[in-house]
Amino acid sequence: MAAAPDRVHLKLTVNGEAQPVSFAPYKTLLEVLREDLGLTGTKHGCELGECGACTVLVDGAPVLSCLTLALECEGRRIETIEGLARGTELHPLQAAFADLGGSQCGYCTPGVIMTAKALLDGNLNVSREEIKAATAGNLCRCTGYLQIAEAIERAASELRGEGK
Amino acid sequence: MSKRLEVVGKARRRVDGRAKVTGHLRFADDLSAPRMLHCKLLRSPHPHALVESIDVSKAAAHPGVHLVLTKSDFPLPFGIMPVSIDEFPLTDRARHVGDPVAAVVAVDEQTANEALGLLEVKYEILKTISDPEDALKNPEPRIHDYGEQGNIHRNQSYEFGNTEEALAKADHVFEDVFFYQGNTHLPMEQQATLAEIEGDGRLRVTSSTQNPHYLHRQLARVLQMPDSRIRVVASPNGGGFGGKCDPANHEMVVAKAALLLGRPVKIGLTREEVFYQHRGRHPVLMKMRTGVTKDGKLTGMHLQTLLDGGGYGSHGPASTFYTGVLTPVTYELPRFKFDACRTFTNKPACGPKRGHGTPQPRFGQEVQLDKIAEKLGMDPAELRLGIVNKPDSLTANWLRVGTIGLAECIKEVVARSDWKSRFRKLGHGRGLGLACSTYMCGAGLPIYWNKLPHSGVQLLLDRGGQATVYCGATEIGQGSDDVLAAIVAEVLGIDTDAVRCVTGDTGITPVDLGSYSSRVTIMMGNAAMQAAEKVRAQLAEAAAEQLEVIAAGLVFSRGRIFHPSAGDKSVSFREAVELAEAKFGTLGAVGSYTPPKPPGKYKGAGVGPSPAYSFTACVVETEVDPKTGWIHVPKIWIAHDIGRTVNPVLARGQVIGGVYMGLGEALMEEQAFRRLPEKLSHALVHRMPSMLEYKSLTALDMPEVDVALIEDPDPNCPFGAKEVGQGPLLPVMPALANAVYDAVGVRVDEIPVTPDKVLKALELKSKGLAPRVGPDHFPAVPYPPPVFVVTPQEGGDGKESNVQERKKRAAAAVV
Repeated sequence: MAAAPDRVHLKLTVNGEAQPVSFAPYKTLLEVLREDLGLTGTKHGCELGECGACTVLVDGAPVLSCLTLALECEGRRIETIEGLARGTELHPLQAAFADLGGSQCGYCTPGVIMTAKALLDGNLNVSREEIKAATAGNLCRCTGYLQIAEAIERAASELRGEGK
Repeated sequence: MSKRLEVVGKARRRVDGRAKVTGHLRFADDLSAPRMLHCKLLRSPHPHALVESIDVSKAAAHPGVHLVLTKSDFPLPFGIMPVSIDEFPLTDRARHVGDPVAAVVAVDEQTANEALGLLEVKYEILKTISDPEDALKNPEPRIHDYGEQGNIHRNQSYEFGNTEEALAKADHVFEDVFFYQGNTHLPMEQQATLAEIEGDGRLRVTSSTQNPHYLHRQLARVLQMPDSRIRVVASPNGGGFGGKCDPANHEMVVAKAALLLGRPVKIGLTREEVFYQHRGRHPVLMKMRTGVTKDGKLTGMHLQTLLDGGGYGSHGPASTFYTGVLTPVTYELPRFKFDACRTFTNKPACGPKRGHGTPQPRFGQEVQLDKIAEKLGMDPAELRLGIVNKPDSLTANWLRVGTIGLAECIKEVVARSDWKSRFRKLGHGRGLGLACSTYMCGAGLPIYWNKLPHSGVQLLLDRGGQATVYCGATEIGQGSDDVLAAIVAEVLGIDTDAVRCVTGDTGITPVDLGSYSSRVTIMMGNAAMQAAEKVRAQLAEAAAEQLEVIAAGLVFSRGRIFHPSAGDKSVSFREAVELAEAKFGTLGAVGSYTPPKPPGKYKGAGVGPSPAYSFTACVVETEVDPKTGWIHVPKIWIAHDIGRTVNPVLARGQVIGGVYMGLGEALMEEQAFRRLPEKLSHALVHRMPSMLEYKSLTALDMPEVDVALIEDPDPNCPFGAKEVGQGPLLPVMPALANAVYDAVGVRVDEIPVTPDKVLKALELKSKGLAPRVGPDHFPAVPYPPPVFVVTPQEGGDGKESNVQERKKRAAAAVV
């Protein structure tokens, strides 16, 4: 029996860059991002689709990368937390999370920020209820969620061009 | 220091904030190293069993496997407390489902997992001890061969003043039995550890630990290596809440494997394994008998607790004390008797979770006060205001309590919630409940006995104007690095941007005991202040010379140093560093902190003392559907006596986070167990060790939280700042239970308060029976004769009276 299974070779477009990568075909997107592309900003909390820590965007929609085969993502647009800032300038969501207590231990933060990005990409005039519904799949044990919602509201306001 | 505070108390982006939102922050499982191998543990499927044999041959021969370890590789045990060193990294006696019996190290996780399936283990199944009553009834088989007797781990009794006499003199005696179910921390980050051999041959263990110092000591013990050959680095913890305080099997195993193989070895626990590592909230059954006068003063209380400890000692000896010792801190309680018993059972070990042992009796006490107020026809807030403890006093059990902001906290939540016009007036299905609490600002004694400082800080100043501060304290998300930077920055009159924090690395940083018992702000903060004041004095002397003024009145503010009497003349902080370096040589100082000696002198007086205590009051509003028992919580008001706020963004976050975790415990969180069917193994297993089935609140469940921070600076604390990490969790559970009573008139005397229990109580009510759901009895626990201590108010000396008599009675009881 061969110790190492066969690998597939393909290109994944991550944060706007087409990256050649080779991996065992059963690997999840989470595993390929973390282990083969070195993008450890995406976290895992259960690897069963329960906690939302591994959320990334695929073609603009939030997906649980622990339940997504990397193979399925060829030719699709993958966004992770590492691609959010412009150079050294933080995305308004990142700045608001850092300033308003949206991140305490920081472990759920990349996943919840990516979920919030998908939400705001679709609608900058979000209500608190819409924020709660959108982020209900991202568990956080530190913040009690309120400062997360406040940070998303602040970022939405920034992105609407208010407060400039 | 007379200048206005410029850093402390101001909302700031935390110093590690940027790394958290960009994905830069590297948690333990984000680390990798060249030639790194992966480790997996084989865990027992049986709750109680002897390992008769393990045939490792097939696993060891599996391609890609480098090492298989079993019990025989670990002759020495470990444990967080010197009195309960009872765990082996790999065991030959499984004490709960999930206890690790073997380990495989392989090229990758997949291969290691395959090899686990090739290990052939023969078990001899032993009788399962499932809960404390089972443990009391069945002294055999013993889960451990140490402890008080049979399956009793700890058993103790303390009496502070004649408590029966105090109850006899009361107008009313209230007797209640409460139960608090166990629950777990559920940190988002699963524990992970990377062990490596550094270039100089030393062992480096990078781990998601809250307590690198204690882990370091236990690694030295288990590996039989000098401490100086080991370096423990606490990676940023992705949440701790107490669950990463104990040194853990997986940390010992990968350290040993790295030493044997000379290669980096990493392990990351699965979510299921995190439930087995546990060390969470003890399930506690409690009986409270409380004497009250007709005008609502307490005369005394007799508290009895029975803890389900699980399979190991963990912090259990301390947890046992904490189910009672803080009970007298909130209110005037002239006499207090406290019996406690911790049993071993065949479940994952319980240990410290946020509030450590105190949420359980706090729940009972605050619900009982609600019952007392109703019986006496008093408003529950007024009743509490009438008995709030006096500042700078000693409790019946000899704890010195300094500042007490509890009355202000009660008044604040009463005003903000419009309590007076809404309590008992909201109509059927809606209710308000109030409760209060207290917590320590750090344990007064270390976990292992020593006279050394609890926290050390080293501060270096660079001629470029940067301050680098080193401390063993551990960032677990609570913001300890930000507190460290803020305190140094405040003393030196600079911005937190100019302070670099190096923390939680036993190879580099001075010892700090760790992130537990809400000790970091107070102990690390005091040590940091001492170090910063030493270098400030050097800077002041050099700057004074330059400015031709006396050093005494110099002000350090916003990166400049000036004298109010010297007009516009000033030097920049950076210039002052250069001047001082030229004058004194390289600039640096150390600071350290040791808490005050506890006033109690009896054996056991070491658990409970703290440099300061925080206080909290909380009002919960509920809407209870009488048809379904469903409890909706629209809003919570909470006021916390924080002494002084270091960073209001983080402090508010700690309060809301505590409310969140408390509300989860109140409504749904349970580390509960079930028996597999008889035809299977009948084993006692975790009900469902997954994040889906272990219910916790989501963003949709979280109520609005109104937070008030009450500032009454405490002289024992840096800039007066008390703890905020644990206290705000404590009043939420009883306030919720009291609000359910206000809404539908039923008492659920156990946690969690779930819809089925509410419905059952409503059904009892509709039949005209006592509308209460909760434990129906407290078993006969063989508590020992009490250690009797005369209270401070009655002229005691803090020592035990009648030691000889107690020993005689104890000896007679054994015969």
